[in-house]
Amino acid sequence: MTAAPGGTAADAPRTLADACRRLGDDPNLVPVAGGTDLMVSDRLERSAVAGVLDLTRIPELTGVREVAGGLEIGAATPFAVLRSHPAVCRRFPALAAAAAVVGGWQIQSRATLGGNLVNASPAGDSLPVLLALEAVVVAAGPAGEREIPCAAFHVGYRKTALVPGELVARIRLPDPSPGSRQLFRKVGTREAQAISKVVVAAVGRVGGEGREGGVVESLRLAAGSVAATPVRLRAAEAAAVGKPWSPETARTRLAEEVGRAARGEVTPIDDVRSTAVYRAATLERVVRRLILDLGSPE
Amino acid sequence: MNVRFVVNGEEREAEGAPLERLLDVLREQLALTGTKEGCGEGECGACTVLLDGEPALSCLVPLAQCAGRDVRTVEGVAALPAGRRIVERLVAAGGVQCGACTPGIVVTAFALFERDPAPTRQALADALAGNLCRCTGYEGIFRALTDDAEQPTVSPARPGAPAVGEAE
Repeated sequence: MTAAPGGTAADAPRTLADACRRLGDDPNLVPVAGGTDLMVSDRLERSAVAGVLDLTRIPELTGVREVAGGLEIGAATPFAVLRSHPAVCRRFPALAAAAAVVGGWQIQSRATLGGNLVNASPAGDSLPVLLALEAVVVAAGPAGEREIPCAAFHVGYRKTALVPGELVARIRLPDPSPGSRQLFRKVGTREAQAISKVVVAAVGRVGGEGREGGVVESLRLAAGSVAATPVRLRAAEAAAVGKPWSPETARTRLAEEVGRAARGEVTPIDDVRSTAVYRAATLERVVRRLILDLGSPE
Repeated sequence: MNVRFVVNGEEREAEGAPLERLLDVLREQLALTGTKEGCGEGECGACTVLLDGEPALSCLVPLAQCAGRDVRTVEGVAALPAGRRIVERLVAAGGVQCGACTPGIVVTAFALFERDPAPTRQALADALAGNLCRCTGYEGIFRALTDDAEQPTVSPARPGAPAVGEAE
């Protein structure tokens, strides 16, 4: 990067503590990371914003770090970094897969994981992945840091658990148990650069005697664009865990039961991108397919 | 607010609200009209510029974040030999029809070639996923940017040729 010749570059916060202090001093500051949702937000009059808090020049907020039992991802880390980061690709392939389909290259080079969380769209591509991985959001604010389980972060349509003055600092991803598979599926209008009609992530394991006949030992399923918030599909999980898995059941009875349970626990709506009926039917089909893939050879 | 940053290698200054779009600053204050506004919603890629070397949509970049950064527009890209070559290949292969998407394609392709001088068709398709073209069906673009055997016939030294990005 070129040395700052002036303007506000020198003014931007360089530490998380400084960013929090400034936000505490001036609650009207608008935090900006990649800006890819903010700049087209219908909830913000751009010309009326007098001051922004630039989150892109804070080293603590960017990058991937090794922690005990997992990885921590700085909230302002762009998806372009996540999709090609060796540790993310190896240990959290579902997140890498989601990062690779968040818009096109230009969006991925700017849009951040923390921004996806805070923007709180039910269609955010990374959000079902974070739910299925049981990620933990670390928020920083005037009272210091606190941890919010991802499942408690989105409290309503486009509402988060953050209190005024708080920023998302990082996201902790606990390593899933050995042998578990991570799967990600996004259905949009086109293959690239589309907002999801349905997006699903799964983390689970089929154990037992080989892959021909086993048992679903664990499954965490989550979906986006099918309710007011991204949701864990707990009824579908319950319908799968402990059940015998074989290529046969995974095409028939097991798949049907889990798919139907998923469909029954979501509340999709009609909107500009799709219809409630299409979303429910597509979710069911995607979940059925994921049940098959969960125990199939990679 | 007043912001100073580097555009196409030169230090420039701009004035505006913190969330003023870089796109508007480039076109209206700096008279760099090569960067086009397509959708204005971050969907089409027409306004792609390089921000510290990374492709970004200038309709989504707020002025406040530009301070001290390095911006390269299609004018700056096309002034470099590698950028000029992309332009000529697009022209020679019929990769341009209405032209609205072309500046964005040139900038994105330039960024790809910097990282991967001989991309596969799949790598090219992935890189250009965020650049919509409603005329060519992309075939002319792919032909231009993947086929090294077919070099363009347009001479770089063609006298009187307009500089890329001069047209409105």
